[in-house]
Amino acid sequence: MAILNLSINKKKYSVDVDPSTPLLWVIRDTIGLKGTKFGCGEGFCGCCTVHINGEAAFSCSTAVKDAVNKEITTLEGMQEKPLRKIIDAWLEQEVSQCGYCQPGQIMSAASLLLKNPKPTDDQIETAMTGNLCRCGTYTRIKKAIHKVIAEGGIK
Amino acid sequence: MQEHESAILHCTGEAVFINDMPVSENLLIGHVIYSKHAHAKILEIDFSDAVKLKGVHSILSYKEIPGINQMGPIIHDELCMVENEVTSIGQAILLIAADSKEIAIEAEKLIEIKYEPLEAILSIESAIEKYNLLAPKRKIERGNLQKGFEDSAHIIEGTLKTGAQEHWYLETQICLCIPGEGNEIKAYSSTQHPSETQAIIAEVLGISSKDVEVEVKRIGGAFGGKETEANHIAAWCALLCNATKRPVKIHLFRDDDQIITGKRHRFLSKYKVGFNDEGIINAYSVELNSDAGSATDLSMAILERAMLHADNSYFIPNIKIIGRAYKTNMPSNVAMRGFGGPQAIAVIETAIDKIARYLKMDSAEIRYKNFYKIENNNISPYGQCIENNRLFILFDKLIKSSDYIKRREEINEFNKSNEFYKKGMAITPVKFGISFTTSFLNQAGALVNIYKDGTVLVNHGGTEMGQGLNTKILKITSKELGIKLVKIKVNATNTSKIPNTSATAASSGSDLNGMAVKNAIETIKSRLSEFVVDEFRKKYEGICSKKHNIKFENNFVYDIKIPERKISFNELISNAYLNQISLSSTGYYKTPNIGFDREKGQGKPFHYFAYGMAVSEVIVDTLTGYNKILRTDILHDAGDTLNKGIDKGQVIGGFIQGTGWVTTEDIKWDSDGHLLNHSPDTYKIPTIQDIPEDFRIELLEGYPNENTIRKSKAVGEPPLMLAFSVWLAIKDAISAVGNHEFEPDFSLPATNEVILLSIEKIRKLQKEPA
Repeated sequence: MAILNLSINKKKYSVDVDPSTPLLWVIRDTIGLKGTKFGCGEGFCGCCTVHINGEAAFSCSTAVKDAVNKEITTLEGMQEKPLRKIIDAWLEQEVSQCGYCQPGQIMSAASLLLKNPKPTDDQIETAMTGNLCRCGTYTRIKKAIHKVIAEGGIK
Repeated sequence: MQEHESAILHCTGEAVFINDMPVSENLLIGHVIYSKHAHAKILEIDFSDAVKLKGVHSILSYKEIPGINQMGPIIHDELCMVENEVTSIGQAILLIAADSKEIAIEAEKLIEIKYEPLEAILSIESAIEKYNLLAPKRKIERGNLQKGFEDSAHIIEGTLKTGAQEHWYLETQICLCIPGEGNEIKAYSSTQHPSETQAIIAEVLGISSKDVEVEVKRIGGAFGGKETEANHIAAWCALLCNATKRPVKIHLFRDDDQIITGKRHRFLSKYKVGFNDEGIINAYSVELNSDAGSATDLSMAILERAMLHADNSYFIPNIKIIGRAYKTNMPSNVAMRGFGGPQAIAVIETAIDKIARYLKMDSAEIRYKNFYKIENNNISPYGQCIENNRLFILFDKLIKSSDYIKRREEINEFNKSNEFYKKGMAITPVKFGISFTTSFLNQAGALVNIYKDGTVLVNHGGTEMGQGLNTKILKITSKELGIKLVKIKVNATNTSKIPNTSATAASSGSDLNGMAVKNAIETIKSRLSEFVVDEFRKKYEGICSKKHNIKFENNFVYDIKIPERKISFNELISNAYLNQISLSSTGYYKTPNIGFDREKGQGKPFHYFAYGMAVSEVIVDTLTGYNKILRTDILHDAGDTLNKGIDKGQVIGGFIQGTGWVTTEDIKWDSDGHLLNHSPDTYKIPTIQDIPEDFRIELLEGYPNENTIRKSKAVGEPPLMLAFSVWLAIKDAISAVGNHEFEPDFSLPATNEVILLSIEKIRKLQKEPA
């Protein structure tokens, strides 16, 4: 166990955990932010996607020690505009079905749009291919991302 | 547009799934120690060291089950925990309750289980060879098959293997149990069937249903995989909760979930089809053989639905359908979207595809010629009349809107001028029977409460798993009461509110529960109408208002004959309360006039049929087997849709899930029955890169259904089978390698490997001297 300092959604946290603990468990169980989900635990489904210094990362396969002194953003940190525009586009395009994968989808989309405000279809597909959705909401995810692009992006 | 009622919560992270629920410090984590052998005697179990580990609170074997060691849903042939012999991998041997998952895993390492492996049946072929039937074979037949074949100018025979499919809900199986007073227990379960979960918890604990409360707020995807499997996790969780008298949560890791739980049934089907020079089918014989796995579960119902869909959309005068479910040493296979329908439809669609190639005709033409007709040739093999046939409407509209004929020519041109890339296209229909084929399951209950402030809380027996059931229920309530959506809430499904529910399955959630909710509202409206007539009599002079003229609309209640007599909904509710009018009612619904005689294989099992059709075009790289869907056009019949956005979402999602099953979702086991691809790194479901490049989905408009909630149709399962358009388009592209002169080898899923081997075989045949 060790005391680690984390910055999540611009708020400082000091947690006493095993440094090798997956970041996901710390976010969910230690800090109590439940928007980020557990899907596969192996970094292959994308449910646990967060941003670490703006880059999309699978929090289930990131050790908490590797996120120390970096800026972590979870879905809960996406509620203010301009980031909120993604959520609004998701609602407008009626993306969500069961909703379980959508936090990760939104985080991956945000990471893409922060880096590349006008991605092509191919770039969208490449960026989003690590986020699985068994309800099959992919067509609407693409439409929602295009909607955000058309409305000037999130920067 | 009325978006999914949980959409905002989903997208802000506020939606509470079971794993997100606040829990007490007292919570223990449950862990399942399961069989690593497909068939073995258990010689010895030693957990003496494990139980001493700090943080381990309880380790249970079957001996500690206070009630009955059983968790089979209909046929009670599935042990909750293994006794002396395991009959498949994944069966629970021990349960651990510990302070954390990590401690439970440490404890597992200290447990020794000695097995004596026994001979195992691991494939459907060996089950057939040993004739290891699960139950007596089933049969549906009509006409004179022998004469039918004698009268046919041509006969084609074949065998088709269709593979298993993992549900791959994103939220793995989960249950949280909380002990109450005395025997009481409350389970928050991710189950499609709360009442059955309740009954099985009661059985294993040796208590009665009244002491078990099961609640389901929302499910993170199910697709049939939580119709019975969720009961298992709940039963294990309840046993640990009961033993420790502390809250216990079991949330399966992904790999464990995939290893333990059953899949879509693998089928090995044999068929023979007789037809004339025009391609009209005169005789069809099909044997559907399914791998049920180690227990019955719903395998017989799944086999039955397969048999009832052997005809898909086609009238076949002489037909014999045989169904056999085989017992194997695989985890017991379970419900999955389509419930046997896809496995049988794959066979008849293959037969039609072969007829087309044999006669050198377009398969679209063969399909069209064999469709059920409107006036005659409209009785199914099991005696149900195909009413409100939408096949011709869908076909005509789709052939036109997809530009099928022109694109067919373009594809032929493309294939002539390209050696290594080939394109293919296919149109396939689906006709899907709506109702549980076990007739008594077609019932539902509801409880509607109107509070003094005019807001409404609706309870019903269905579960919300992403399909949008609660959003549809909100709309039904809003329309029936004439009030705004914001004044209505749908409660979590709870067995203490609605008893004896059926599973939310068979696409029937809104059909059944929507009607039950409507009936509850009718009862309250009847009381309120009587009351308001009396109020109007006191207030207005002249002729009395009639109860049947009272209408609920736009937040008002008024007399349609004398519209100035009106009162706001809120005021009416407030007055009704003060005048001692009950503002709460249950509602009940059962589907009318259905029934099926299993012995005779005859009856009217379905309330109605849902129809759909799809055209898909693919491109195949003949050197690698890589393929891509270039375009898909779907026209689907949802009656008068209850919610266009949600229904189209179901069509898209069902189709995409189907494309996974027919292309990349290849489940592999080793020679001892161990699942080899138990995580997303090796089991490939469709990603955003796998959807059609050009995807056009429309709902058939202007064709209301009869005798259903707001003239709608069920939409959950049927679109999955539209993915056969992709599967057969791939086959069409393979066939183009040999200029459609050779029948390609083909199976399901059509993985790149299957495609490549099929192409190689055609190339070999081409080189052989004629």
